[in-house]
Amino acid sequence: MGLPDVKQSATEARLAAMTLPEGGCLKAARQAALSRVQTMGLPGRRDEYWKYTRPDTLISAEVSKASVFASDEAPMFNEFDRLRIVFVDGVYDAEASDDLSLEGVRIDRIADICCQDIHWAKDLYGVLEARGQSPVQRPLAAFNTAFAQDGVAIHVTGKPSKPINLVYVHSDEMSDAILHHVIRVEAGAEATILENGPAASRFNKCMEIDIADTGKLHLVRAQGRDHERRAATHLFARLGTESTFKSFTLTVNGVLTRNEAVIELTGDDAIAHIAGACVGDGDFHHDDTVFITHDAVNCESRQVFKKVLRNGATGVFQGKILVKADAQKTDGYQISQSLLLDDDSQFLAKPELEIYADDVICSHGSTTGAIDEEALFYLRSRGVPIDDATDLLTLAFLAEAVDEVEDTAVAEAIVARLEGWLSRRR
Amino acid sequence: MLEIKNLHVKLEDEDKQILKGLDLKVEAGKVHAIMGPNGSGKSTLSYVLSGRDGYEVTEGSATLEGEDLLDLDPEERAALGVFLAFQYPVEIPGVGNMTFLRTAVNSQRKARGEEELSAAEFLKTIRARAKELKIDAEMLKRPVNVGFSGGEKKRNEILQMAMLEPKMCILDETDSGLDVDAMKLVAEGVNALRDEGRGFLVITHYQRLLDHIKPDVVHILAGGKIVKTGGPELALEVENNGYAGILAEVA
Repeated sequence: MGLPDVKQSATEARLAAMTLPEGGCLKAARQAALSRVQTMGLPGRRDEYWKYTRPDTLISAEVSKASVFASDEAPMFNEFDRLRIVFVDGVYDAEASDDLSLEGVRIDRIADICCQDIHWAKDLYGVLEARGQSPVQRPLAAFNTAFAQDGVAIHVTGKPSKPINLVYVHSDEMSDAILHHVIRVEAGAEATILENGPAASRFNKCMEIDIADTGKLHLVRAQGRDHERRAATHLFARLGTESTFKSFTLTVNGVLTRNEAVIELTGDDAIAHIAGACVGDGDFHHDDTVFITHDAVNCESRQVFKKVLRNGATGVFQGKILVKADAQKTDGYQISQSLLLDDDSQFLAKPELEIYADDVICSHGSTTGAIDEEALFYLRSRGVPIDDATDLLTLAFLAEAVDEVEDTAVAEAIVARLEGWLSRRR
Repeated sequence: MLEIKNLHVKLEDEDKQILKGLDLKVEAGKVHAIMGPNGSGKSTLSYVLSGRDGYEVTEGSATLEGEDLLDLDPEERAALGVFLAFQYPVEIPGVGNMTFLRTAVNSQRKARGEEELSAAEFLKTIRARAKELKIDAEMLKRPVNVGFSGGEKKRNEILQMAMLEPKMCILDETDSGLDVDAMKLVAEGVNALRDEGRGFLVITHYQRLLDHIKPDVVHILAGGKIVKTGGPELALEVENNGYAGILAEVA
């Protein structure tokens, strides 16, 4: 059975504008991904999984112009000692980047993994993405695997002394960037990856993360403040026995953001926490789509998503926990909440649980509401001006998500960003 | 200090008159108590003075040291020196008690054109005040009133009062939900703040709080008006005979 005409022609139009990179040892993986795209077709407005978010501008052959945003604020994470890997409009910038050598980790460009014969990366590229296509299709991720123009392979074998910071600089207002990173964390190894910056006018990013038994990875990303940029990101993570993966995403502005996280707990006693805080004003659409599969015993997963919306901004949350029959003693938690600062904004949530094991704890909740008038009056009655009181309550609302960031200095930097956003909107 | 003249207040959304011509004058350095049966308008009076939404003043005035309160926002009234100790202190998850207090103190100082307290000065003062009220460091770190017992919430109100040093303290049924020991502690906290330059309005159902916070003047509020004013003996009369006797007498 072929694709619907509209989807077929949209997919063909997009693919016609693309050239499959040479690929070298990744050629087969790229070609396989291309045929997945051709079979699935790119997302369309009538797809159930894209019911709340219009994919049109993410799949169009032409990229929409996005102004490069200038700000007085220093880039996020600037004050931290970290190893910087800089991409400008989706292309690695060796000049701006630090030397990539650091004890406990090896970093290579995707383009170099063939000549360097980095087996693990060849064997991972496109694999978790392909696994993540079932039961729900994610054509933009397959598209990314096929056409990614750059990216890094990060091999964590020890405990590097500082975080690895992927910095995405946007400089061309018509840029269309596709980045694909592969990360492997070996047994007993532990690392922190920081990501920040808007990257491009349109950004398609895919990250495949394979964590071996007892490995740990912390991922904190700050999606850039460019008002007009669009982004579709995918995070695929596979967790081994007693491993840990913690991810937090801060999104401040951006006209369209779709962040998908596809997590598979395949070893017993693994822990996955996926959290996000977003603040949106006006022409802002933010979509968190999460799919967590429990396929081992005694694993813990936690999803905490908070959105603050105003002036007609839209927030979307689609979060699913799938507990397979063998995944006894699963502890799953999911909360998605929005704070609407006016009547024009909206929050659309679709929390889902699908459980086949009989000895599990799974809870989920979703709420949407306004500022608590009682609390506001209490603060004001103590002399706190209404704007300050509103900001204080807004930050308090976001705190549960920010608390997911373990490093207190990073958490403080995130709170400072949120305070900046709030103070600019007085 | 506080002067209320012929105050008429109705609910904003309903055609229900609650205060019907209330007159009251609280002098600096004095403690006035207001007692009255349920539904007499005691809590409404405290909310109207502190600026809560939902009430409409249809007639009359309320001034603090000659400044009109009724047109001001709650935060402006607070900066002028009005403080309401809530009957039901509000829980605010996610806002640390210490952050809240520092923000409140410095917001008021800023509004009055005074210099903000440094972190060190603030810490020193709050530690001393908290100790007097038997509030431990843990309680200061926790989110405002979240998981506090009834007694802890009320002590936290008095701590706020001690830190903000208001001119006019209004205590709305501060004794409700307190056991005898907690009430003593709260009363001691209030008594420690009694000062020549500060007025108190203590709203209560029962005489027992007034054993600990000795009032100079006692008013009986009924049907939205002060119907009788007297000395501390009036509170004892209420305790012994209930409101029925007094109300029959003034009717």
